[in-house]
Amino acid sequence: MFTPHTKHDVEVMLNSIGVGKIEDLFQEIPEQFRYPDLNLAPRLTEMETAGQLESIAAANATTKDLLSFLGAGAYDHYIPAAVDNLLQRGEFYTAYTPYQPEISQGTLQAIFEFQTLICKLTGMDVSNASHYDGATAAAEAVILAYGNFRNKRKKVLVSRAVNPQYRQVIRTYMQADSSLKIVGDEIETGIAPDMQKFIDQIDHDTALVIVQYPDFFGRIIDYTQLIETAHQFGALVAVAVNPTALGMLTPPGDIGADIAFGEGQPLGIPLSYGGPYLGFFAVKNALLRKLAGRLVGETTDVEGKLAYVLTLTAREQHIRREKASSNICSNQGLMTLAATIYMSLLGKHGLQQVANLCYQKAHYTADQLSGISGFSLVDETTPFFHEFVVKCDEPVEEVLEHLLQHNILGGYNLGHDYPELENHLMLAVTEKISREDIEYLSAVLQEENHG
Amino acid sequence: MAEPTIFDLSVAGRTGVTFPEPDVPETALPKGFLREKLQLPEMSELEVVRHFTSISQKNYAIDLGFYPLGSCTMKYNPKINEVVSRLPGFAATHPLQPIDTVQGNLFLMYSLQEMLKEIAGFAAVTLQPAAGAQGELVGTLIIHKYHQERGDHQRTRMLIPDSAHGTNPASSAMLGFEVVPLPSDERGNVDIAALKELCDDRLAGLMFTNPNTLGLFDENVCEVVDIVHKAGGLVYGDGANMNALLGVFRPGDVGIDILHFNLHKTFSTPHGGGGPGSGPVAVQQHLVDYLPDPIVGIIDEGDEETAPLYGFIHPEKSIGRIKSFYGHFGMHIRAYTYIAMLGQEGLRDVAEIAVLNANYLQEKLKDTFTLPYDRPCMHEFVLEGYWKDVPDIHALDIAKRLMDYDFHPPTNYFPLIVHEALMIEPTETETKETLDRFVDAMRKIAEEARTNPELLHNAPHNTPVRRADELKAAKDLVLCCYVGDDWPGVQE
Ligand SMILES: Cc1ncc(COP(=O)(O)O)c(C=O)c1O
Repeated sequence: MFTPHTKHDVEVMLNSIGVGKIEDLFQEIPEQFRYPDLNLAPRLTEMETAGQLESIAAANATTKDLLSFLGAGAYDHYIPAAVDNLLQRGEFYTAYTPYQPEISQGTLQAIFEFQTLICKLTGMDVSNASHYDGATAAAEAVILAYGNFRNKRKKVLVSRAVNPQYRQVIRTYMQADSSLKIVGDEIETGIAPDMQKFIDQIDHDTALVIVQYPDFFGRIIDYTQLIETAHQFGALVAVAVNPTALGMLTPPGDIGADIAFGEGQPLGIPLSYGGPYLGFFAVKNALLRKLAGRLVGETTDVEGKLAYVLTLTAREQHIRREKASSNICSNQGLMTLAATIYMSLLGKHGLQQVANLCYQKAHYTADQLSGISGFSLVDETTPFFHEFVVKCDEPVEEVLEHLLQHNILGGYNLGHDYPELENHLMLAVTEKISREDIEYLSAVLQEENHG
Repeated sequence: MAEPTIFDLSVAGRTGVTFPEPDVPETALPKGFLREKLQLPEMSELEVVRHFTSISQKNYAIDLGFYPLGSCTMKYNPKINEVVSRLPGFAATHPLQPIDTVQGNLFLMYSLQEMLKEIAGFAAVTLQPAAGAQGELVGTLIIHKYHQERGDHQRTRMLIPDSAHGTNPASSAMLGFEVVPLPSDERGNVDIAALKELCDDRLAGLMFTNPNTLGLFDENVCEVVDIVHKAGGLVYGDGANMNALLGVFRPGDVGIDILHFNLHKTFSTPHGGGGPGSGPVAVQQHLVDYLPDPIVGIIDEGDEETAPLYGFIHPEKSIGRIKSFYGHFGMHIRAYTYIAMLGQEGLRDVAEIAVLNANYLQEKLKDTFTLPYDRPCMHEFVLEGYWKDVPDIHALDIAKRLMDYDFHPPTNYFPLIVHEALMIEPTETETKETLDRFVDAMRKIAEEARTNPELLHNAPHNTPVRRADELKAAKDLVLCCYVGDDWPGVQE
């Protein structure tokens, strides 16, 4: 289908190689295993394939068909048309990693700009060119921290209010070393906003403290005391951040974070059922040499012209092999480009506007829901960004089912990850949700309650 | 002229998008948490569009020309992939939707798992890994856990051929395995005698790339697998080079225990300027329970009237979750589309033509360049980019000079076991005319090396920038655009 060879081409080529037929080129493959019969559907033309894919897609109900209050790590934001239009330039998406700077300046400059945007957004000094997603960025923070203390500090404290999937991935990555302790997210330590029980666990064996901002439940928590304490014990602090919220909130760099990382999906990347997304990762200068992943730096060419190149590559697997700071090779290149274009288009004012819209609409939603009997806000005092938790008197599954019957994706059932939060529902509200949508949600919930 | 950065182009007060004013009553902002400054660029939409269009034109890409970058399988990325993966029915689905609202997604993922199983001859597949290297991490985690479960705590050594890609040792080291290099023999195969010697009860496994990074099919594949198994180890297959084997050979048939695919190489998903990749992992029956959590399965078979219900399965002894959600779904759609369009016949054609193209180039170039392993190759081959009679010309010079002929250079200085390596992978989507033009350029460069070596040393000449000073980049580290306090874009 995609092979351009005519019969004649094949003959001429075989001739010049000096073999009679293509199969002769595969003589080194043990004969009894050669040319297995594959049980695959017969090939389709492009037209047929397009039709098939359209009907598979039609079997889904989407966030366009349904009014969605789902968040919990992936958010439905408006993506300006120019983002995807530019991403579809073949010069960008059909290029490889920019190992040859002379013919990769487009990709390199875009990454350089991305690094700058992430630093400006988070208040950090150095950003890498991406990790796979927020969860693997969390695992890389842990690896960086252990390495920073040459494995002498054996403990990482991760708050229970950090995205459960991030915590799972950290444990997956670190499972082979039984001397390491990933603690602090036990049910006993809890999720109280004062975090006192968590802070009390910071000690001289602690390499890293990980918190999220806003946290998994959407709460905006003051981490100044926590960071101070961690630093008194010589530990590093990594803050997982929602980039949209940073249109409004004090950046982690300003409150003393050593590492800021997060899920970049809200920055112009479609939900796409969970991926590909974008892990961003930034550090203070002191940790620069410990940073994993690709980095683009500025230099000049032989004529003195400004040029961008991949730099400090001696940290990476293709040079250092088993001594590399991470095994990462392919990263999220095109997704960093999406985020770079998104942030360029929105700029300062656009991002401030989106953050404010999310905040305002989420608060209006919370306000509406708190007036419905059978539903109560779990926390009336801690500030929150665009996500919040409601306790339901009835089983959440039933509430969600009722909402779905009215074409609403009601949010995330926290009982899945938190046994202590059975019948707690988490809702996310973005700029795409209108006042009518919110009032429709509350009308349907009223009905649920009285119906 | 260097293209200004988005920060240079910023003018305070501009914006490329505006959003509606809030339509809800306002709530006070959280005092004490508000940031003071936000130094993001301020540009009009057109300025943004021009900027990114302009820098895109400084890239080389498959859509522009021949990209024979060995080990990377830079084949054509069909346009239909980009269309179907953007269908709102896929792109606008949230990963936490109830499963009965995303049966299309789950069906597609399940089908892709089945296709990959069939293509490589395995019992189960996870689509979760984000890239090849993460697939390797999954594989090595499985190997680790498998031995732990069996009480084989002393199995701490991972054998890695000296021709292996850097991610192989790096992935093993992340789990604390001791990386033991395994030499290659004079035909480029794994050195069987050395392998035997290293196979004792400390052996955890072998990371085996076949065809290897020399582009050679290891003729002793069955014996290699057998030796490792007899010693109690597992064989991990790095499937980055599966393009040579589609419809021709299934690694699972000879007992390879685990294998990762690179959907962004073999199955035509774009490389995106460095990513995203997608690195599904296949395992044999005895390792199915170790796969990452979750994988997609049929949770209710259905009957004549009702369709099967697809959902998530949580493998019993799972190594755990390896990334958020279920993997790079957008890439799964593209790979599914590609396989659907090829079927068995088309897949076999891909492998055959990829191998034909590589052998054709190898044959045409082996008189001009030293071919260290003179055997039929698979989808790629490695030359020495070095001639004894012109010792100050290096692989790098040849690579850079190729840019002046409008070609992307081959991979250079990898694999490490070939002196001044030039690793050439033409892929199946290139025409004979293109290959012939490439041969002409390579021969011309060999001539220039003798007649006008400065042309090579100073190459490239016509690119957006010329050779860049990498030492300076590393020494005077500048990793961000200049945005000082005097930056006009930040005036309040
Ligand atoms: C042989 C081989 N193994 C592994 C990898 C790593 O794959 P990825 O970049 O998808 O992580 C590559 C990529 O270049 C490769 O060529």
